[in-house]
Amino acid sequence: MILTKEQQAILNGEKGETLAKVMKTLIMYGNAFEAEKLVPITSQYNHLVTSFGLKVMSPVYDLMQQLLEAGVASGQKFSVDPRPLDKNVPASFLQNLVFNKFMYTKQDFYEKQLEELGLMDKDAFSCTCYMDEVGNKPKKGEVLSWAESSAVVYANSVLGARCNRNSGIIDIMGSIVGYVPYFGLLTDEGRKATWIIKVQTSKKPEAQLLGSAIGMKVMEDVPYVIGLDKWLGNELNDSACSYLKDFGAATASNGAVGLYHIANLTPEAVENGEKLIAEGAQEYVIDDAELERVKKNYPIVWKDPDAAPKLCFIGCPHLSLSQLKDWTERIEGSLKNSGKKKIAIPTVLTAAPKVLEKFEKTDYASRLKAMGVITSYICPLMYMNNPLCKKMPVITSSNKLRTYTSAKYYTDDEILHAITNGGK
Amino acid sequence: MKQFQGRVITPGEVTAQAVVTTQGFNTLASLQMALQFGDKDVKCGDQNNEELHGKPLINKALCLPQTIGSTTGGLVLYCACAMKKNPACMLFANHIDSLAAAGAVLSDVWVDGVTMPVIDSLGDEFLSYVKDGMTITVKPGGIVEVG
Repeated sequence: MILTKEQQAILNGEKGETLAKVMKTLIMYGNAFEAEKLVPITSQYNHLVTSFGLKVMSPVYDLMQQLLEAGVASGQKFSVDPRPLDKNVPASFLQNLVFNKFMYTKQDFYEKQLEELGLMDKDAFSCTCYMDEVGNKPKKGEVLSWAESSAVVYANSVLGARCNRNSGIIDIMGSIVGYVPYFGLLTDEGRKATWIIKVQTSKKPEAQLLGSAIGMKVMEDVPYVIGLDKWLGNELNDSACSYLKDFGAATASNGAVGLYHIANLTPEAVENGEKLIAEGAQEYVIDDAELERVKKNYPIVWKDPDAAPKLCFIGCPHLSLSQLKDWTERIEGSLKNSGKKKIAIPTVLTAAPKVLEKFEKTDYASRLKAMGVITSYICPLMYMNNPLCKKMPVITSSNKLRTYTSAKYYTDDEILHAITNGGK
Repeated sequence: MKQFQGRVITPGEVTAQAVVTTQGFNTLASLQMALQFGDKDVKCGDQNNEELHGKPLINKALCLPQTIGSTTGGLVLYCACAMKKNPACMLFANHIDSLAAAGAVLSDVWVDGVTMPVIDSLGDEFLSYVKDGMTITVKPGGIVEVG
């Protein structure tokens, strides 16, 4: 890798041993991808994936402490993934005991570290940092050092920013030195599609199911999706962006997609069309039967597959304001049709703190609360990652949550039916 | 015995028994529960990976195409190394992915006293040849012996 004088000086230890190790880490990381240089980060803010003070992750906090003690704080302010705990979310005595006394005992300590390292503000905890309300929305072409798979794929695909699927810790190391290695999704070549996906469904495909099918097929490659604009239109409005947020999260968690192009919709596809498709790209046709096949193949991991659900999570990744309103209306409508006033399964809708703050100012919030629905800023994944929740029948419309936990996946319509009518 | 030539991501020499997955290795889903709740065998917790689910990973030669899933993947691998609960080595058939590379590099630069050789680009033939329980030897220069 060719380094500038400044980069070489940092590597040589002229700005301290710790900064030299940070630089060495980024260079070795880049070397693994034959990166020829480091390029400056150009976004205003960074986004980190590690938001949780898990006792088991002590090596991470020890490393952060090394950075702080060496005085090498992040050059950028940053947002971070959602908090793992919220008293609003139903939990048993035993679960609370495990969460507070065993698992997340480092939470307060780690949040203090984040503040010292450059957290944007005390509410900057969300996987959807790019929502207008949160304020970390990079512009097209900007170079990022983000982690969080769902945020990276959104920033690349919907916003046209340039970011690799960086891991936690690498994310903050980028903004400490101000550079990231130039490879993969930062390059024009790396943004070309090596898969053509033909969507031939008879109705608008479920975002999280379509994303799952594509993720599992293409893994870390870049797909160019044809036929989805028929259902989403040609404008990146609220509805399309919310759909693509959920779709992308599923591609990234069920596979390892960091960038997708949607013909006639996402910025680079609108600009360049099929010139984005690499020579020799493979093809994958998705119709109703293929989506059904994918859904049927999800493993059932509940001890009793017929157990009645005890909890429902909607919002992984966090919901947008329009999605919160939409769910309010849908739940109201479904309850009305079945002659009920309250939901049958405890249900949590999750969104960024600042999105929830805005939602609370609308009349939708009281309507949702009146039906018994809970809102929270929590990370459902962090809530679910313990043996107690493994034994608990939880349902979700998130394919990301399904992938990482024992939660069972339902489509939005199925979830709506379950929470308003009860049953499985 | 068969020999494969790969590319060194992080160096080291080791002999260990193989555990093999032909699908992407989801680092978070595979390791988090085991690390969190002190499973000394570090059994794979990824319910979506039938080949690995429930199998011990500690001190094994993990043979895989690539890693997938959450971008916590690299730091989970880093934590596994810092806690000495890591695989003996990671052997990638494909080019390494960014999350695994991050985990390998972070462990190499920031963790003292732990060596986890990571070799990539071993090719499709490596993954179709190697089977669970085979003895793997990682030699200098990215040479991997399977016997």
